[in-house]
Amino acid sequence: MREVAVVAFAQSDHVRDSSEVSEAEMLMPVLHDVLEQTGLKARDIGFICSGSSDYLAGRAFSFTMALDGVGAWPPVAESHVETDGAWALYEAWVHLLTGDADTALVYAYGKSSPGALREVLTRQLDPYYLAPLWPDSVALAALQARALIDAGVTDERAMAAVAAGARAAADGNPHAHLRGEVPMGEYVVHPLRTGDCPPVDDGAAAVVLAAGDTARRLARRHSRRPAWIRGMDHRIEAHSLGVRDLTDSPSTRLAARNAGAFQRPVDTAELHAPFTSQQVLLRRALELEEDVTVNPSGGALAANPVMAAGLIRLGEAAARVQRGASDRALAHATSGPCLQQNLVAVLEGEEGE
Amino acid sequence: MLSAPLVVEFPFTRSLGPVQSAFLTGLRERTVLGVRGSDGRVVVPPVEYDPVTAEEIRELVEVAPTGTVTTWAWNPSPRRGQPLATPFAWVLVRLDGADTALLHALDAPGPQAVRTGMRIRVRWAAQRTGSITDIACFETYETSGETSGETSGTGGTSETGRTSRGGGVDGAGGTGETQEPYEGQAAREAAAAHTGEFADAVTTITTPARLDYTYTPGRAQSRYLTALAGRRIVGERCPSCRKVYVPPRGACPTCGIATAEEVGVGPAGTVTTFCVVNIKARNLDIEVPYVYAHIALDGADLPLHARIGGIPYDQVRMGLRVTPVWAEGERHPDHFRPTGEPDADYDSYKELI
Repeated sequence: MREVAVVAFAQSDHVRDSSEVSEAEMLMPVLHDVLEQTGLKARDIGFICSGSSDYLAGRAFSFTMALDGVGAWPPVAESHVETDGAWALYEAWVHLLTGDADTALVYAYGKSSPGALREVLTRQLDPYYLAPLWPDSVALAALQARALIDAGVTDERAMAAVAAGARAAADGNPHAHLRGEVPMGEYVVHPLRTGDCPPVDDGAAAVVLAAGDTARRLARRHSRRPAWIRGMDHRIEAHSLGVRDLTDSPSTRLAARNAGAFQRPVDTAELHAPFTSQQVLLRRALELEEDVTVNPSGGALAANPVMAAGLIRLGEAAARVQRGASDRALAHATSGPCLQQNLVAVLEGEEGE
Repeated sequence: MLSAPLVVEFPFTRSLGPVQSAFLTGLRERTVLGVRGSDGRVVVPPVEYDPVTAEEIRELVEVAPTGTVTTWAWNPSPRRGQPLATPFAWVLVRLDGADTALLHALDAPGPQAVRTGMRIRVRWAAQRTGSITDIACFETYETSGETSGETSGTGGTSETGRTSRGGGVDGAGGTGETQEPYEGQAAREAAAAHTGEFADAVTTITTPARLDYTYTPGRAQSRYLTALAGRRIVGERCPSCRKVYVPPRGACPTCGIATAEEVGVGPAGTVTTFCVVNIKARNLDIEVPYVYAHIALDGADLPLHARIGGIPYDQVRMGLRVTPVWAEGERHPDHFRPTGEPDADYDSYKELI
C-alpha cells in the first residue's frame, strides 16, 4: 500500500467571536501558512477536501464562498464533507492511496459566533423523536456524564481535574482560547459545569498530505520528518442514545483496532473530547496507559472551533511526530452527540528522517 | 462592521413509514408502542430496521406509560422549544416492557428529586397530534410509599404552575385513565402484541425548525455594502493578477490571496448576458416576465447580476448600456435601467461573459 504522511499543519487562533472577518477571510491566512510550509501553490495540489457545516453559517453552500480563499482557477479537484475536517482528511487519504494524486490539501473551519451553537447542533438529531424536543448538545453530554458517574467510572472531581489538565497544557498552545486556571463555574446542565464544557469558538485549520517520496521531499524543507499515517478508520454507533451504552465507546475502540492502534503502544494521544467526561471515557476505550501524553495541545476543552476541532487533533498529533516530540501518536476525532461517530488515526515518524 | 439578524426557518414535512406512523399515532391515542427486534428485545421508540441484522422489522408491541430512569441531567435554564419552560431534568427512560430508552423531559422540583432508577410515568399533552411532544413530559411515579417530601406528588407538579409547551396537560389521577404500573418480569410480559392499526393514522409529520443568527458579512463585503448605501459601487483589486472584483469578497478566487485595494467602479455598465424570468417568486413584488442580467460595470473585471428595468423585457440585449437606480431611502440599487448610450461593442465585454 502507498505510504501517505501529514507534511504540514496550520491553524488560526481560536476566538469566541470573529465577526470582523468572513469565512474566506478567516481561512486564507491558514491556507497560506500551510502551503508556505510545503512551498506548494494551490494549483500544485492534487486533491483538495474541506469540512464545514452550513448550519453554523446559516447559509446554503457556504463552503463554496470559502473556496475563494483557496484559489480555484485554473480548475482544481475539490470535494467537501458536511462534518468535521477529520473526515475530509480521511477522504483525502483514501484519494492518495488510490494513486490518483500525490498531494492533498485538507482544510476545515467553523464560525459558531453567528448562531447559538447548542441549538444549531440539535438539528443533527433524529427529526422524528429527538429534534422536536430540542435537546441541546450540553444536555446530551450531561446525560452521558451522569451515566459515567452512576457507573463509577468518574466523578465531578475527576472531571474537574481533566479540565484543569487541559487548560494547563494549553498554556503552551498560542492558538488556544482557554488557558491557565479557569474556575469550574456553575452547572450548565447538571452534572456538567462550565469548566466541563468546551468554549464556543470560531477558527480554522489546514493540513497538507503527501505520498511516498513527495512527502519526504516536502517535509525536508523545514527539516522535519513526515508523520506517516499507519492506519485510519472511522465507525458509527446507533443514532438513538437510548439503545447505546453511554458509558462505553465501542466505535472508538473498533476504529482504533482497525487503525492498528493496539499493535504497539502510542506515546501521545490527541483526543477529540469536547466534554471532560468524554475524555475519561475515551482514555478507557482506547486503553491508554498513564504514561501516554494526552492532549498536550489542551484539546477541545481549550479551543473548540466546531468542524475543525477534529482535524486539529490530527494536525497536532502529526506536528509532534514531525518535530520528533512523538514517535507514535494516536489522533481521534468525533462527531454527533455523545461520541456517536469516531475516527482514529495512528501516525508515526521514522528514524533517520 | 455591518451586522443584521438572520432567521432561518424550515418546516420539514416528513413521511412516516409503517413503524413510525404507528408509534406517533399511538401517542395521539395515549398508547406507547415499541418494535421487537430479531434478538427479542423491544425497542422504544421503535425503529424500522433491526439494530442487529438491519432487516426490516414490523412486529409492534405495546409497552407501559411507566418506566425507569436510566440516566438524567438537570437543566436549570430551559431553552426555546424544549418541552418545559421551567427547570426540568432530561431523562433517558426505559419504559416497562421495553429494553431500550426514550429521551424526554421529566418535570421535577429540583435535581435533588431526580435519581437514576427512579420510577416515572408519561404526562400526556392535552392536545395530541401524533408527535413525540404528545408526551408533554414525564412525572414522578413512585410506588409502595416511596414518594418522599422532596418529590412532589404527581398532582402537585401540575398544580404548581409548571407549564408545558403543549398548552396545558391532562390532570393526573381522578380521570380513571391512569394505568396501573407494570414492574419487573410482569412488565416484559406486559409488552403485548399490537396491530399498530388506529383509525385515521398519522402518516406525515411537520417538524418546524427555527434558528436565529447574527449575520456579519466580514470586512470586504461590509465596505461594499456601506458604499452602496452611499450610492457608490466599489470593488477590490487583486495585488497579483490586478483584476477588480465586484462585489469584493476579500479574496481573489483565482490567486487565492487577500484583496484590499478599493477601486470605484461604474456606476454604468454593460449587459453581458441575461435571462427572462417568467415565474413569480413568493414575496417578490415584481411583475413577470422580467430580465435578470449579468452586468460588467465600467472598470470591473467580474460581472455582477441585477434586474433590468425601464425597458420592455424583450428589448434587453447583450451590449446594452445600463446604470443603477436607487429607490428613495434604499441601501442598494433596486434595478439597472438603460443609459441611452449606444450599445457596447462585443469585443469590449466578451472576456467578461
